[in-house]
Amino acid sequence: MSFPDRKEDQVRRMLEGPHPVLPPDLAGRAAGRGQRMLRRRRAARTVGWAVLLAAVVAFTVWAAVVHPWAGPPADTTPPLEGW
Amino acid sequence: MRERRAARESRRAREFEAFVAGAGGRLLHAATLLTGEPTGNAQDDTEAAQALLTVALARTYARWDRLRGEDPYDRTRQELAALYAHRARRYRRPRGGLLDRLTPRERLVLVLRLYEGVAEEQTAATLGLPVERVRAICTRAVTLMRTAPPRAPGAPPVAGHPAGAAR
Repeated sequence: MSFPDRKEDQVRRMLEGPHPVLPPDLAGRAAGRGQRMLRRRRAARTVGWAVLLAAVVAFTVWAAVVHPWAGPPADTTPPLEGW
Repeated sequence: MRERRAARESRRAREFEAFVAGAGGRLLHAATLLTGEPTGNAQDDTEAAQALLTVALARTYARWDRLRGEDPYDRTRQELAALYAHRARRYRRPRGGLLDRLTPRERLVLVLRLYEGVAEEQTAATLGLPVERVRAICTRAVTLMRTAPPRAPGAPPVAGHPAGAAR
């Protein structure tokens, strides 16, 4: 074993001290918090899809009513010659 | 649909509880080393470490159904490291813990490399640092741990500690 490894092992043993006591309710608190995160995320996703859907519907209705692809009616008619 | 979701939630809660029961002690010890709180006695207060670990575990819980074979322990450790790195400024004040004499970044590298045994490359990727930097920080932290006396509570960082370079 090389020299730096021995030093590292010494520090590693220092780090392996007594474990602190895990509070019994920590898992429950973390789960509750995680559950709230999930619910918030789900709500945000639902709102996002709803907004997207509303935008698509609004655009479709507007396009169906206005026909924006049709050119404006010609204001001037070309002169008729040789008739 | 609703029943399926309820079943999934109860299964997730069960699995998560078993995971925390098994790995929680070690994770809390790692968190305590990071926050610099003492661990010697049973009645020692590890409030900051508990808060840190609770958020990391909550994020793991929120991802539980999408872990796709990833080890939840690794996941929680990564969340813990990211969270700690983000909040590092809060933990500069010595609190009487074992790693008091180190800066937050040195603590993080030391805990990931030596306590958790994470490979140098992975530590570097987690922290967004070059591998050489990680190696240098680790060597420095090991040297400090073996030589420097513990900082007195409330004292400023040890003179000669390159505060700018250490951040």
